[in-house]
Amino acid sequence: MSVLIFAELDEGKIKKSAQEAIFYGAKVAQMLGTSATAIVIGQASDDELASAGRFGATNVLHASDAKLTEPNGMAYATVVAQAAQQEGSKVIVLAKSSLGDAMTARLAGKLKAGLAANVVELPELSNGFRVKSSIYTGKAFAYNDLKADVKILAIKKNTITPEETEASAAVKAFSPTLNDADFSISVKSTDKSSGDILLPEADLVVSAGRGLKGPENWGIVEDLAKALHAATACSKPVSDLDWRPHSEHVGQTGLKISPNLYIACGISGAIQHLAGVNSSKVIVVINKDPDAPFFKSADYGIVGDVFDILPRLTKAVQAL
Amino acid sequence: MKILVCVTSVPDTTTKIAFTDNNTKLNKAGVTFITGPYDDYALARAVELKEKTGATITVLNVGEADAEPVIRKCLAIGADDAIRVNAEPTDAYFVSEQIAAIAKEANYDLILMGRESIDFNGGQVHGIVGEMLGIPSISPVMLLDIDGDTAKITREIEGGKESLEAKLPLVLGCQEPIAEWKIPNMRGIMTARTKPLKVVEPAGTDKLTTVASYELPAPRGAVKMIPADEAEKLIQLLHTEAKVI
Repeated sequence: MSVLIFAELDEGKIKKSAQEAIFYGAKVAQMLGTSATAIVIGQASDDELASAGRFGATNVLHASDAKLTEPNGMAYATVVAQAAQQEGSKVIVLAKSSLGDAMTARLAGKLKAGLAANVVELPELSNGFRVKSSIYTGKAFAYNDLKADVKILAIKKNTITPEETEASAAVKAFSPTLNDADFSISVKSTDKSSGDILLPEADLVVSAGRGLKGPENWGIVEDLAKALHAATACSKPVSDLDWRPHSEHVGQTGLKISPNLYIACGISGAIQHLAGVNSSKVIVVINKDPDAPFFKSADYGIVGDVFDILPRLTKAVQAL
Repeated sequence: MKILVCVTSVPDTTTKIAFTDNNTKLNKAGVTFITGPYDDYALARAVELKEKTGATITVLNVGEADAEPVIRKCLAIGADDAIRVNAEPTDAYFVSEQIAAIAKEANYDLILMGRESIDFNGGQVHGIVGEMLGIPSISPVMLLDIDGDTAKITREIEGGKESLEAKLPLVLGCQEPIAEWKIPNMRGIMTARTKPLKVVEPAGTDKLTTVASYELPAPRGAVKMIPADEAEKLIQLLHTEAKVI
């Protein structure tokens, strides 16, 4: 009865959020007195698969069917459900993500599972199975009692810090039984930026709003992000104006992120924007308006012109 | 084409969340409830499809009587009729069971809803409903076109987007910019009063997850202001004090 963890790949590498999920799942396994098994779907090297051991997985099940090379929530849920049945897993852990959402839901339907999304802490097992999750877009937490036989936990990114060891996981092939219905959605094309740091996975984020005055000025934001090895983000008005793609919009109706550092440049800090970023560990606000509400939610603030401040910060980072 | 649009009734996005009854209930005093912002996008696209294809739109809410103003607003925007499942919308599985039970009776071609509710943020209901009905589910959907019995969809993925095709029937979780939000006009508000709103009792009682209590995040400490002419100090503080770079 091992705890099963879905470890998502990105271009053959176990994603940072998946490492967090493995670490979390391994801790839960320890609490339950059992082992942690990771299920990896898609193409990856043996070394990469075995590296799941560094975060606490004892075993890795690897499903490498050619049909599974592209992420597919429905087919992947079928694979994980079959792996859970094989392992007798009553607890399934995965990272909350675009793919994770699609899978969690189908899995919960298949297994009639109790589920908690946006989980931020290890469970409390003294009286049932209770987990803390982030709700109201980061404005509150809920303590959820999971009562079903099978429990699914979708872990909020960047809320668990994995500790690594030198351990290596034993890798076994896993051959699921798939049917045509699992592939009833056909992917026609994918348009994904390559080489950039993925915003939902990023530890550091530099974000900007209408204070940048136009998309042609984004160079100073990108320069600072590049110096910091950070991802870039934006406020809703900026994505509504098509200055930046919607995939960079953070806030109530955009991405909810929780990086170690969030630098907000020329963003006043409406409550809807704050809702998407308020679980960042450190918030920096740079705005020329000293009355911008965002300063009340910041750890560090600078009242100044972003066009003057950002290039100076970039130079200071480069000098570190 | 028959479209079912599932909507939530949620606190307005500017609401400062507070709890009552020993942190076991949302404090609703002074809170304005609205249609879930993502659900608004789903309804708006359904109305556009109705205008284009003559589709019919049924709005479905799993909720108690206090959700009815939100349902009436959806009728005013363009839905033809509404169903309210008379139950507190607790966990995603329970809500999905109610939607699936209604959907099984009426064979909808499209079941649209927001990508997630803005209270519990689970983003799970569309997928569970899809699994319960044995039909595909896709989320978060940014663009949707229907060509015969084929849906052409663009959905957001991490760092980009993906173009997909699938045959109807489908369950979709929607987000911007799938459609322009619709605001009800006076004629719509007047006609909404006479459109049918059926109240049914819940189909199942599975509550696989319950909330024991709620908690607010700890407040942040006071902001440390750095003079603009010493802006470079920020980088030192982030490096040596906050230790995040």
